[in-house]
Amino acid sequence: MANIELRGITKIFDKKVRAVNDVSLTIADQEFMVLLGPSGCGKTTLMRMIAGLEYPEAGRIVIGGGDVTDLPPRKRNISMVFQSYAVFPHLTVFDNIAFGLKMNKTGKAEIVRRTEEAAELVQLSPYLERYSAQLSGGQRQRVAVARAIVMEPAVLLMDEPLSNLDALLRLNFRAELKRLVAELKTTTIYVTHDQVEAMSLGDRIAVMRDGKIVQCGTPMEVYERPATEFIGGFIGSPPMNFLKVRLERVDGELRAMLGSHGLPAPAMLADHADRDLLLGIRAENIEATPVDGVASQDGLVSKTLVVELLGAQMLVTGEIDGQGIKVLVRADAPIKPGVDLLLHPELDKLRWFDAESRNEIVVS
Amino acid sequence: MANRAKWTPYLLLLPSAVYLAVFFAAPMAQAFGLAFQDTDNNWSLDSWRIMFSDASFNEALRTTLVLIVVIIPIQFVLAMSMALVVNAKLKFSGLWLYIYAIPLGISELAAGIIWYAVFTQQGWLNSFLQGLGVVERPFIFLSYENQGWLIFAIVLAEAWRATSIVMVILVAGLQGIPRDYLEAADVFGASSWQKVTRVILPLLRPSLQVALILRIILAFQAFAVIIAIAGQALTVLPAEAYRWYQDYRDPHVAAAYASLILFLSIASTILVLWLVPTREEQLG
Repeated sequence: MANIELRGITKIFDKKVRAVNDVSLTIADQEFMVLLGPSGCGKTTLMRMIAGLEYPEAGRIVIGGGDVTDLPPRKRNISMVFQSYAVFPHLTVFDNIAFGLKMNKTGKAEIVRRTEEAAELVQLSPYLERYSAQLSGGQRQRVAVARAIVMEPAVLLMDEPLSNLDALLRLNFRAELKRLVAELKTTTIYVTHDQVEAMSLGDRIAVMRDGKIVQCGTPMEVYERPATEFIGGFIGSPPMNFLKVRLERVDGELRAMLGSHGLPAPAMLADHADRDLLLGIRAENIEATPVDGVASQDGLVSKTLVVELLGAQMLVTGEIDGQGIKVLVRADAPIKPGVDLLLHPELDKLRWFDAESRNEIVVS
Repeated sequence: MANRAKWTPYLLLLPSAVYLAVFFAAPMAQAFGLAFQDTDNNWSLDSWRIMFSDASFNEALRTTLVLIVVIIPIQFVLAMSMALVVNAKLKFSGLWLYIYAIPLGISELAAGIIWYAVFTQQGWLNSFLQGLGVVERPFIFLSYENQGWLIFAIVLAEAWRATSIVMVILVAGLQGIPRDYLEAADVFGASSWQKVTRVILPLLRPSLQVALILRIILAFQAFAVIIAIAGQALTVLPAEAYRWYQDYRDPHVAAAYASLILFLSIASTILVLWLVPTREEQLG
């Protein structure tokens, strides 16, 4: 059990590529922290530095109050689940799980007890005598998890542990993993590029891009209030809609205009009047009704291009003044391609972004 | 089309099959034939009787086995260390590989002569020792009376000459071990020594097996190095085969020696396969 403090971590590869660039992050004891980002964003490198498999060019890593920056992996009291699982092919399931305990010369009886306990936790008990080649991908993943948790580490590191499983297994294991980690109460760092995994597992999510953490917060914060256009586009399926609007004063009221239509804009944006802004809105926060007769001034009109039935909902792709927009509506909504829709976004869910920097302009 | 596809593999195997049949299988059958015939070409075990009762036989067999038992462990420990150095991706590790591989390009006889030049009466070692004033007169390392030095010189020459082939096989095997396994070993608390004994060596088993079989077979055939260094002062099985053929003009006994070497090679290969098995389910 330990908290983790990263202070100004930088990793440079080949003397020029800054894989991780001056990252600072504090992870609380027992917290489940997800490092989320597209491939090449530095999330795995950051985790490998915490594990001690890479050495940072600058910065300090502190685990449980002790500086471990210069310690080898085995002296850091960490465990890791590798993306490839790295289950030793020459050892049985039992010996794989017991590997770490054997290395640190734990007593024989204790090795047996703890190994069997860990195997039980991940439902591997019937397979203890098998070799890796005789296991399915899912079972191998469990061996990797059991091998990590049997060490009762201060910090558990997981590098995309679900990415090699097929979709159904991934869904099952995600829930299982969540239960397991909640039970163990170990501080956990979890690397993934899958935003759904990140949302469902993390106490907090640190979104990374180009070697930096661009936002760190609870899944709800990151989802609802993305700090940049990139994060809004990366998290959520479908991604957040971004519409280029012009802020204008109409009859003394601030309005975000898109072609001839507009939406009321918060007064706090007054500084940005007569300028372009990016308007962010999630697909499920838009009410859509077919236009009948005269269109009202409030709301946006979109021309429906594609309609996709997702099961519980329907995803409508439309176009407003040449800009694409996606809206989630009820599965039985009477919407067909070619139909004009009147869109009413929930006003308190509107997010405003600077058109230049693409960062959020906080208005509430 | 289907017919052609069916025969293609066999067609591709044909050249090597013919080569093996003409240059290996046929002479081998011939040698077997010779070994079991007397000088009048009648079937007999005379050659084997002569071989087993020959005064040099026991010495040749003993020396051959001693050399194998001494050289091979030395070679494997050395080769493993060298392979780990090369694979450690240190600075200049590529250079080390080339330095280690130099003896690969030198023939067995030339290697023997090089080491003979080191140990002989007027050799480099004696000049060196005299220069330092350690000895007054040249010390005769390579004589019938100094069996220990003879063996030592041969072991040194063989280790120098044939360790790199083992190393090359082991380096190839090491490079086939995914980095994740070694990192997992690091994370789960293995020291460097534990990493070698608990992870690398077991995963290297297929390579070790191949290298071991290759080395033992070649060690049974070791000949030129021994002739070059020891001359008549020490004998091994292939040297006896040569002597019976060349000096005593008796191809039958020579063939019996050759057959015995073949038999020992096969037996030791089976022994290695049995002692160092590679189990299918343990391969990555």
